[in-house]
Amino acid sequence: MIQARVLIRPKEGILDAQGKAVEGALPALGFDGIGQVRVGRIVELEAESADRLEELCEKLLANPLIEDYEIETIG
Amino acid sequence: MKWGVLQFPGSCDERDALNACQLAGGGGEGLARLVWHEETDLSGLDGIVVPGGFSYGDYLRAGAIARFSPAMTAVADFAAEGGFVLGICNGFQVLCESGLLPGALLTNERTRFICRQGDLVVGEADSPFLAGFEAGQTISIPFKHQSGRFFAPPELLDEIESRGQVAFRYAPGQNPNGSLNDIAGVTNEAGNVLGLMPHPEHAVEAFSGSTDGLALFRGPALSGAGA
Repeated sequence: MIQARVLIRPKEGILDAQGKAVEGALPALGFDGIGQVRVGRIVELEAESADRLEELCEKLLANPLIEDYEIETIG
Repeated sequence: MKWGVLQFPGSCDERDALNACQLAGGGGEGLARLVWHEETDLSGLDGIVVPGGFSYGDYLRAGAIARFSPAMTAVADFAAEGGFVLGICNGFQVLCESGLLPGALLTNERTRFICRQGDLVVGEADSPFLAGFEAGQTISIPFKHQSGRFFAPPELLDEIESRGQVAFRYAPGQNPNGSLNDIAGVTNEAGNVLGLMPHPEHAVEAFSGSTDGLALFRGPALSGAGA
Protein backbone atom coordinates (compact mmCIF):
# COMPACT_ATOMS: atom_id res chain seq x y z
CA MET A 1 0.00 0.00 0.00
CA ILE A 2 1.10 3.53 -0.63
CA GLN A 3 -0.03 6.58 1.24
CA ALA A 4 -0.76 9.68 -0.73
CA ARG A 5 -1.79 13.21 0.02
CA VAL A 6 -3.75 15.23 -2.50
CA LEU A 7 -3.69 19.00 -2.21
CA ILE A 8 -6.61 20.73 -3.94
CA ARG A 9 -6.89 24.47 -4.31
CA PRO A 10 -8.87 27.02 -6.29
CA LYS A 11 -7.34 27.85 -9.66
CA GLU A 12 -5.41 31.08 -9.96
CA GLY A 13 -7.65 33.92 -11.01
CA ILE A 14 -10.84 32.48 -9.54
CA LEU A 15 -12.21 34.49 -6.65
CA ASP A 16 -11.73 32.32 -3.56
CA ALA A 17 -14.62 33.51 -1.38
CA GLN A 18 -13.51 31.46 1.64
CA GLY A 19 -9.97 32.79 1.42
CA LYS A 20 -11.30 36.34 1.20
CA ALA A 21 -13.52 35.81 4.25
CA VAL A 22 -10.57 34.51 6.28
CA GLU A 23 -8.39 37.35 5.07
CA GLY A 24 -11.06 39.89 5.95
CA ALA A 25 -11.22 38.61 9.54
CA LEU A 26 -7.47 38.86 10.21
CA PRO A 27 -7.11 42.57 11.10
CA ALA A 28 -9.88 42.32 13.68
CA LEU A 29 -7.94 39.49 15.31
CA GLY A 30 -4.75 41.50 15.41
CA PHE A 31 -2.99 39.76 12.51
CA ASP A 32 -1.60 42.49 10.30
CA GLY A 33 0.52 42.13 7.20
CA ILE A 34 -1.10 38.90 5.98
CA GLY A 35 -2.73 38.73 2.55
CA GLN A 36 -3.46 36.55 -0.48
CA VAL A 37 -5.13 33.91 1.71
CA ARG A 38 -6.42 30.95 -0.27
CA VAL A 39 -8.37 28.06 1.21
CA GLY A 40 -8.12 24.59 -0.31
CA ARG A 41 -8.34 21.11 1.11
CA ILE A 42 -6.18 18.05 1.66
CA VAL A 43 -7.30 14.49 1.04
CA GLU A 44 -5.15 11.73 2.51
CA LEU A 45 -5.62 8.19 1.29
CA GLU A 46 -4.09 4.75 0.95
CA ALA A 47 -4.00 2.94 -2.37
CA GLU A 48 -2.66 -0.33 -3.72
CA SER A 49 -0.92 1.61 -6.45
CA ALA A 50 -0.58 5.18 -7.64
CA ASP A 51 -1.73 4.22 -11.14
CA ARG A 52 -5.24 5.65 -10.99
CA LEU A 53 -4.77 8.51 -8.56
CA GLU A 54 -4.67 11.11 -11.29
CA GLU A 55 -7.93 9.78 -12.75
CA LEU A 56 -9.43 9.83 -9.25
CA CYS A 57 -8.47 13.49 -8.93
CA GLU A 58 -9.84 14.42 -12.34
CA LYS A 59 -13.15 12.63 -11.79
CA LEU A 60 -13.92 13.16 -8.14
CA LEU A 61 -11.45 14.80 -5.76
CA ALA A 62 -11.05 17.96 -7.82
CA ASN A 63 -13.17 19.74 -10.41
CA PRO A 64 -10.58 20.57 -13.09
CA LEU A 65 -12.67 23.51 -14.29
CA ILE A 66 -12.15 25.39 -11.04
CA GLU A 67 -9.45 23.60 -9.05
CA ASP A 68 -5.80 22.53 -9.37
CA TYR A 69 -4.45 19.50 -7.57
CA GLU A 70 -1.10 18.03 -6.61
CA ILE A 71 -0.55 14.41 -5.66
CA GLU A 72 2.21 13.69 -3.19
CA THR A 73 3.25 10.18 -2.16
CA ILE A 74 4.04 10.25 1.54
CA GLY A 75 4.71 6.61 2.33
CA MET B 1 -46.01 14.08 -19.37
CA LYS B 2 -44.83 11.95 -16.46
CA TRP B 3 -42.05 13.18 -14.19
CA GLY B 4 -39.62 11.47 -11.89
CA VAL B 5 -38.08 13.49 -9.08
CA LEU B 6 -34.75 12.16 -7.82
CA GLN B 7 -34.27 11.75 -4.11
CA PHE B 8 -30.76 11.53 -2.67
CA PRO B 9 -29.92 11.24 1.00
CA GLY B 10 -29.82 14.94 1.88
CA SER B 11 -32.27 16.15 -0.75
CA CYS B 12 -34.81 18.54 0.75
CA ASP B 13 -36.84 20.09 -2.06
CA GLU B 14 -38.10 16.92 -3.71
CA ARG B 15 -41.63 17.20 -2.28
CA ASP B 16 -42.11 20.71 -3.63
CA ALA B 17 -40.73 19.59 -7.00
CA LEU B 18 -43.17 16.67 -7.01
CA ASN B 19 -46.02 19.05 -6.25
CA ALA B 20 -44.90 21.43 -9.01
CA CYS B 21 -44.79 18.62 -11.59
CA GLN B 22 -48.26 17.47 -10.58
CA LEU B 23 -49.74 20.98 -10.66
CA ALA B 24 -48.13 21.66 -14.03
CA GLY B 25 -49.86 18.63 -15.46
CA GLY B 26 -53.25 19.74 -14.14
CA GLY B 27 -53.07 17.91 -10.80
CA GLY B 28 -52.95 14.26 -9.86
CA GLU B 29 -50.53 12.01 -8.06
CA GLY B 30 -50.00 9.84 -11.13
CA LEU B 31 -48.19 12.67 -12.92
CA ALA B 32 -44.98 12.42 -10.92
CA ARG B 33 -43.18 10.03 -8.62
CA LEU B 34 -40.03 10.03 -6.49
CA VAL B 35 -36.99 8.15 -7.80
CA TRP B 36 -34.68 6.91 -5.01
CA HIS B 37 -30.98 7.44 -5.72
CA GLU B 38 -30.35 3.71 -6.05
CA GLU B 39 -32.99 3.26 -8.77
CA THR B 40 -31.89 2.88 -12.37
CA ASP B 41 -35.18 2.13 -14.13
CA LEU B 42 -36.57 5.37 -15.54
CA SER B 43 -38.90 3.70 -18.02
CA GLY B 44 -42.28 5.36 -18.38
CA LEU B 45 -40.89 8.76 -17.40
CA ASP B 46 -40.72 11.73 -19.79
CA GLY B 47 -38.92 14.15 -17.53
CA ILE B 48 -36.60 14.08 -14.53
CA VAL B 49 -36.15 16.73 -11.86
CA VAL B 50 -32.89 16.71 -9.93
CA PRO B 51 -34.02 18.67 -6.87
CA GLY B 52 -32.42 21.03 -4.40
CA GLY B 53 -30.90 20.11 -1.08
CA PHE B 54 -27.57 18.80 0.10
CA SER B 55 -27.08 15.47 -1.67
CA TYR B 56 -24.77 13.16 0.30
CA GLY B 57 -24.10 16.08 2.62
CA ASP B 58 -22.50 18.01 -0.25
CA TYR B 59 -19.18 16.58 0.95
CA LEU B 60 -16.12 17.38 -1.15
CA ARG B 61 -18.04 19.80 -3.43
CA ALA B 62 -21.75 20.36 -3.87
CA GLY B 63 -23.03 17.66 -6.22
CA ALA B 64 -19.69 15.87 -6.57
CA ILE B 65 -20.75 12.59 -4.98
CA ALA B 66 -24.34 12.53 -6.24
CA ARG B 67 -22.96 12.47 -9.74
CA PHE B 68 -21.81 8.87 -9.16
CA SER B 69 -25.15 7.59 -7.85
CA PRO B 70 -26.86 4.79 -9.81
CA ALA B 71 -29.82 7.09 -10.54
CA MET B 72 -27.57 9.77 -12.05
CA THR B 73 -25.91 7.22 -14.32
CA ALA B 74 -29.39 6.36 -15.57
CA VAL B 75 -30.22 10.08 -15.92
CA ALA B 76 -27.14 10.60 -18.12
CA ASP B 77 -28.42 7.89 -20.51
CA PHE B 78 -31.93 9.33 -20.27
CA ALA B 79 -30.64 12.79 -21.24
CA ALA B 80 -28.56 11.40 -24.10
CA GLU B 81 -31.75 9.87 -25.51
CA GLY B 82 -33.46 13.27 -25.42
CA GLY B 83 -35.33 12.94 -22.12
CA PHE B 84 -36.09 16.20 -20.28
CA VAL B 85 -33.89 16.87 -17.28
CA LEU B 86 -34.38 19.86 -14.99
CA GLY B 87 -31.81 20.54 -12.26
CA ILE B 88 -32.69 23.00 -9.53
CA CYS B 89 -30.12 24.42 -7.11
CA ASN B 90 -28.23 21.37 -5.82
CA GLY B 91 -29.60 19.58 -8.89
CA PHE B 92 -27.96 22.21 -11.10
CA GLN B 93 -24.69 21.60 -9.25
CA VAL B 94 -25.08 17.84 -9.79
CA LEU B 95 -25.72 18.31 -13.53
CA CYS B 96 -22.64 20.54 -13.88
CA GLU B 97 -20.50 18.05 -11.96
CA SER B 98 -21.86 15.30 -14.23
CA GLY B 99 -20.85 17.19 -17.34
CA LEU B 100 -24.48 17.25 -18.53
CA LEU B 101 -24.35 21.05 -18.27
CA PRO B 102 -21.40 23.37 -18.83
CA GLY B 103 -19.74 25.35 -16.05
CA ALA B 104 -19.44 25.08 -12.29
CA LEU B 105 -21.05 26.63 -9.21
CA LEU B 106 -18.77 28.25 -6.64
CA THR B 107 -19.39 29.57 -3.14
CA ASN B 108 -21.30 32.87 -3.27
CA GLU B 109 -19.06 35.90 -3.57
CA ARG B 110 -19.97 36.99 -0.03
CA THR B 111 -20.01 33.39 1.30
CA ARG B 112 -23.47 33.91 2.82
CA PHE B 113 -26.50 31.70 2.39
CA ILE B 114 -29.06 33.72 0.44
CA CYS B 115 -32.79 33.23 0.97
CA ARG B 116 -35.07 35.81 -0.61
CA GLN B 117 -37.50 36.40 -3.45
CA GLY B 118 -35.87 37.85 -6.56
CA ASP B 119 -36.30 38.48 -10.26
CA LEU B 120 -34.92 36.58 -13.23
CA VAL B 121 -34.94 37.51 -16.89
CA VAL B 122 -35.73 34.67 -19.27
CA GLY B 123 -32.79 34.09 -21.61
CA GLU B 124 -32.50 33.39 -25.28
CA ALA B 125 -31.93 29.63 -25.01
CA ASP B 126 -33.82 27.47 -27.48
CA SER B 127 -35.18 24.92 -25.02
CA PRO B 128 -38.58 23.21 -24.67
CA PHE B 129 -38.42 24.13 -20.98
CA LEU B 130 -38.82 27.79 -21.95
CA ALA B 131 -41.86 27.26 -24.18
CA GLY B 132 -44.14 28.86 -21.57
CA PHE B 133 -42.05 32.05 -21.35
CA GLU B 134 -41.17 34.92 -23.66
CA ALA B 135 -37.47 35.71 -24.05
CA GLY B 136 -36.76 38.83 -22.00
CA GLN B 137 -39.71 38.25 -19.66
CA THR B 138 -39.07 38.97 -15.97
CA ILE B 139 -40.22 36.38 -13.45
CA SER B 140 -40.25 36.36 -9.64
CA ILE B 141 -38.95 33.27 -7.84
CA PRO B 142 -37.02 32.47 -4.64
CA PHE B 143 -33.21 32.55 -4.49
CA LYS B 144 -31.99 30.09 -1.85
CA HIS B 145 -28.40 28.90 -1.94
CA GLN B 146 -24.84 29.31 -0.72
CA SER B 147 -22.89 27.93 -3.66
CA GLY B 148 -24.55 29.51 -6.65
CA ARG B 149 -21.82 31.58 -8.28
CA PHE B 150 -21.88 30.43 -11.90
CA PHE B 151 -18.41 30.15 -13.35
CA ALA B 152 -16.94 29.01 -16.64
CA PRO B 153 -13.47 29.70 -18.03
CA PRO B 154 -13.48 32.48 -20.67
CA GLU B 155 -13.55 30.18 -23.75
CA LEU B 156 -16.37 28.07 -22.32
CA LEU B 157 -18.32 31.16 -21.26
CA ASP B 158 -18.04 32.52 -24.80
CA GLU B 159 -19.35 29.21 -26.15
CA ILE B 160 -22.29 29.21 -23.75
CA GLU B 161 -23.18 32.75 -24.82
CA SER B 162 -22.61 32.30 -28.55
CA ARG B 163 -24.57 29.04 -28.69
CA GLY B 164 -27.46 30.69 -26.86
CA GLN B 165 -27.39 28.36 -23.86
CA VAL B 166 -28.30 30.96 -21.24
CA ALA B 167 -31.74 30.08 -19.89
CA PHE B 168 -32.03 32.70 -17.13
CA ARG B 169 -30.12 35.72 -15.89
CA TYR B 170 -30.51 37.55 -12.62
CA ALA B 171 -32.40 40.78 -13.29
CA PRO B 172 -30.20 43.89 -13.56
CA GLY B 173 -28.76 44.78 -10.16
CA GLN B 174 -29.98 41.54 -8.56
CA ASN B 175 -27.04 39.19 -9.11
CA PRO B 176 -26.87 37.77 -5.57
CA ASN B 177 -23.71 35.70 -5.75
CA GLY B 178 -21.21 37.03 -8.30
CA SER B 179 -22.26 34.74 -11.16
CA LEU B 180 -20.48 35.56 -14.42
CA ASN B 181 -22.66 37.48 -16.90
CA ASP B 182 -25.47 37.36 -14.29
CA ILE B 183 -26.13 33.76 -15.35
CA ALA B 184 -28.72 32.00 -13.17
CA GLY B 185 -29.42 29.02 -15.42
CA VAL B 186 -28.12 27.31 -18.56
CA THR B 187 -29.13 24.54 -20.95
CA ASN B 188 -27.11 21.90 -22.73
CA GLU B 189 -26.55 22.31 -26.46
CA ALA B 190 -29.62 20.27 -27.36
CA GLY B 191 -31.86 22.19 -24.95
CA ASN B 192 -33.36 19.12 -23.25
CA VAL B 193 -31.30 19.60 -20.07
CA LEU B 194 -31.72 22.79 -18.05
CA GLY B 195 -30.29 23.80 -14.70
CA LEU B 196 -30.85 26.89 -12.58
CA MET B 197 -29.96 28.01 -9.07
CA PRO B 198 -33.25 29.73 -8.09
CA HIS B 199 -36.29 27.69 -7.14
CA PRO B 200 -39.24 27.53 -9.57
CA GLU B 201 -40.76 24.68 -7.53
CA HIS B 202 -41.31 27.11 -4.64
CA ALA B 203 -43.21 29.51 -6.93
CA VAL B 204 -46.16 27.47 -8.15
CA GLU B 205 -48.99 28.42 -5.78
CA ALA B 206 -50.42 31.87 -5.06
CA PHE B 207 -50.00 31.62 -1.28
CA SER B 208 -46.22 31.76 -1.67
CA GLY B 209 -46.38 35.06 -3.56
CA SER B 210 -45.64 33.96 -7.12
CA THR B 211 -46.71 31.26 -9.55
CA ASP B 212 -44.09 32.18 -12.15
CA GLY B 213 -42.22 28.90 -11.69
CA LEU B 214 -45.07 26.78 -13.00
CA ALA B 215 -44.40 27.62 -16.65
CA LEU B 216 -41.00 25.94 -16.47
CA PHE B 217 -42.60 22.62 -15.54
CA ARG B 218 -45.20 23.09 -18.27
CA GLY B 219 -42.60 23.89 -20.93
CA PRO B 220 -41.88 20.42 -22.33
CA ALA B 221 -45.59 19.60 -22.74
CA LEU B 222 -46.36 23.06 -24.20
CA SER B 223 -43.55 22.74 -26.72
CA GLY B 224 -45.22 19.61 -28.04
CA ALA B 225 -42.03 17.70 -27.33
CA GLY B 226 -43.31 16.18 -24.08
CA ALA B 227 -45.54 13.14 -24.43
